[in-house]
Amino acid sequence: MSDTPSTHDTTGPIKRPTRWHIGVFLLPAFIVYSAVMILPLIETLRLSLFNTVDGQSTFVGLGNFQVLFGDERWADDFWNALKNNVIFFIIHMLVQNPIGVALAAMLSLPKLRFAAAYRTAIFLPTLLSFVIVGFIWKLILSPIWGVSPYLMDLVGLKSFFSPWLGKPNSALIAVSLISVWQYVGIPMMLIYAALLNIPEEVIEAAECDGVTGWSQFWKIKLPLILPAIGIISILTFVGNFNAFDLVYTVQGALAGPDGATDILGTLLYRTFFGFQLQLGDRSMGATIATVMFLIILAGVSLYLFVIQRRIRRYQF
Amino acid sequence: MTRNAIKGLLLASSILGTAGFAQAQDVTLTVESWRNDDLAIWQEKIIPAFEAKNPGIKVVFAPTAPTEYNAALNAKLDAGSAGDLITCRPFDASLELFNKGHLASLNDLPGMENFSDVAKSAWTTDDGATAFCVPMASVIHGFIYNKDAFDQLGITVPATEAEFFAALDKIKAEGSFIPMAMGTKDLWEAATMGYQNIGPTYWKGEEGRKALIKGEQKLTDEGWVEPYRVLAKWKDYLGDGFEAQTYPDSQNLFTLGRAAIYPAGSWEIGLFNTQAQFKMGAFPPPVKNAGDSCYISDHNDIGVGLNAKGANQEAAKKFLTFVASPEFADIYANSLPGFFSLNSTAVKMADPLAQEFVSWREKCKPTIRSTYQILSRGTPNLENETWTESANVINGTDTPEVAGEKLQKGLDSWYKPAK
Repeated sequence: MSDTPSTHDTTGPIKRPTRWHIGVFLLPAFIVYSAVMILPLIETLRLSLFNTVDGQSTFVGLGNFQVLFGDERWADDFWNALKNNVIFFIIHMLVQNPIGVALAAMLSLPKLRFAAAYRTAIFLPTLLSFVIVGFIWKLILSPIWGVSPYLMDLVGLKSFFSPWLGKPNSALIAVSLISVWQYVGIPMMLIYAALLNIPEEVIEAAECDGVTGWSQFWKIKLPLILPAIGIISILTFVGNFNAFDLVYTVQGALAGPDGATDILGTLLYRTFFGFQLQLGDRSMGATIATVMFLIILAGVSLYLFVIQRRIRRYQF
Repeated sequence: MTRNAIKGLLLASSILGTAGFAQAQDVTLTVESWRNDDLAIWQEKIIPAFEAKNPGIKVVFAPTAPTEYNAALNAKLDAGSAGDLITCRPFDASLELFNKGHLASLNDLPGMENFSDVAKSAWTTDDGATAFCVPMASVIHGFIYNKDAFDQLGITVPATEAEFFAALDKIKAEGSFIPMAMGTKDLWEAATMGYQNIGPTYWKGEEGRKALIKGEQKLTDEGWVEPYRVLAKWKDYLGDGFEAQTYPDSQNLFTLGRAAIYPAGSWEIGLFNTQAQFKMGAFPPPVKNAGDSCYISDHNDIGVGLNAKGANQEAAKKFLTFVASPEFADIYANSLPGFFSLNSTAVKMADPLAQEFVSWREKCKPTIRSTYQILSRGTPNLENETWTESANVINGTDTPEVAGEKLQKGLDSWYKPAK
């Protein structure tokens, strides 16, 4: 009671007061994040280990996963969705990101006029709702009312038009390209920002050494924006393996024709919520969600621990 | 100042909110439904008719999008936030709700005696003992045609399969109309307007459907594969790019007068009457040989049930008795031509196209869609698979035989018919 601890104790090492305010300031965010992100995630993982047996929710261990990968039907659906998802991702990596880099490189040319207008126009689709994008493209590609058969007719290419969204061979590519059209603004913006970040001195030094034009892009600028490209790749990966909305609006929940555009997101939706006469199966839905989570986790870890460490960063 | 106002509002709303439940005087019933097309009819005709006779009960019709209805309803019921009255999908979707205890038994509801067992079949337990939804309406499949186009081309209404294809050939050769307006993009068109429309003729309606459930027939049998063979022939008569033609596209092609024949469900009548500028007629699915007995799909489609955990049970039951009354049947069938009442009391309908459809009930044997009862209970879901395979057959992705095999294989994987 009598000897209250003194803060002016000079004999021991200087004791810092507990910085309780850090915890207090972190707490609201931590609570909100846990409630809306961590808890649902844990609940999903837990649900994937349970199934309804005789009307009772019962712990079945990895039984659901055994069904998903062991049962011929489930496995077919799953691998089909995964395969389509991988193709979806590859198309984005091969088309969206290179175009994004190219557009950013062109926009950052100092002599380009109306750069702001182009930038806005290209970025605009990203701001549109996927419902609008899906609807617009369904109309554009419609063989009956669509503007594309008409335009192709004008230049004599009508014979090359086909109902792309309705054919099993072309539907997935068509949907992927619609998605590319919508999201190409994001890599463009990120790369554009990275390009603007390159200091003038570096460029000037390169010019003094006679590195100009294309070789300047390949040898100076591209290595400097590699970290940004890495970030974009990982964003594309996460976005694509979580994708659902565009396929759902353009092709419906059955992701036809013949399951050609079925990706993990639509498979999860059908399984978890059910469709038409099909009743929702929460346990199997959670199982698919868990597998999706693991796939994305694996991809992100690969990037963080293997690739990102090898990318060299330049300090100016 | 503002803070006090907000506090006051919150307090008031919480008190008023609970007061709403306690007050027995003015109850509000909410009807969950997927029929957002019918919103106007409910608000202008059905609800006023009910409220006029039952003062103190307010009814709100709250539809969601058809494709989201089942998922949304299940989630709401599980969370306990669903309305007092539930519009019932036919067969298993509703049976599941009843088994889970979401829907109440309606066996002793006054007015249920107005319905035959067949009418109630879509909303009773497998043993037929308990009914849990009041049947509201059924839809009939057939073909709607452009009468002006038929007159112009001198085509008579086809009665047999051969005549049907001859008519299609003639329309195609003449060239001013697309012979048939149907697309495979939305998948269900191919299955519902195609397979389930013409199919009963080949599998002999109820006879084949029951045999399939009992396991005496298989989807690889001739009766079930032949309709696919006929469907495969439709391909040549559909519009350019039918693979990417959606359901609204098909409707528009027909109502704009660009197509001559529309494989239809009777629910289209209301919309077509307001949109089409030409005379329309209808014919039932053509039979194979002249003189064969014809079969139609007269599918129980809509019922209304009682949310077992709803707050206003008594008021909701009053509403259900109203739904079961001949008065409701009359309002409903006449405001929504094409949705035929299941009430035993015959309803006089003014619409000629609807009359044509319903007249088939007398000369043809009715059946319901083959995939709906019992057979779509497992995974893979037979109805969904039928959508995909029907579209595949028309697109030429699968042959009719392969489609039948795939469907049967999927069904075999979980369905063991009781022997």
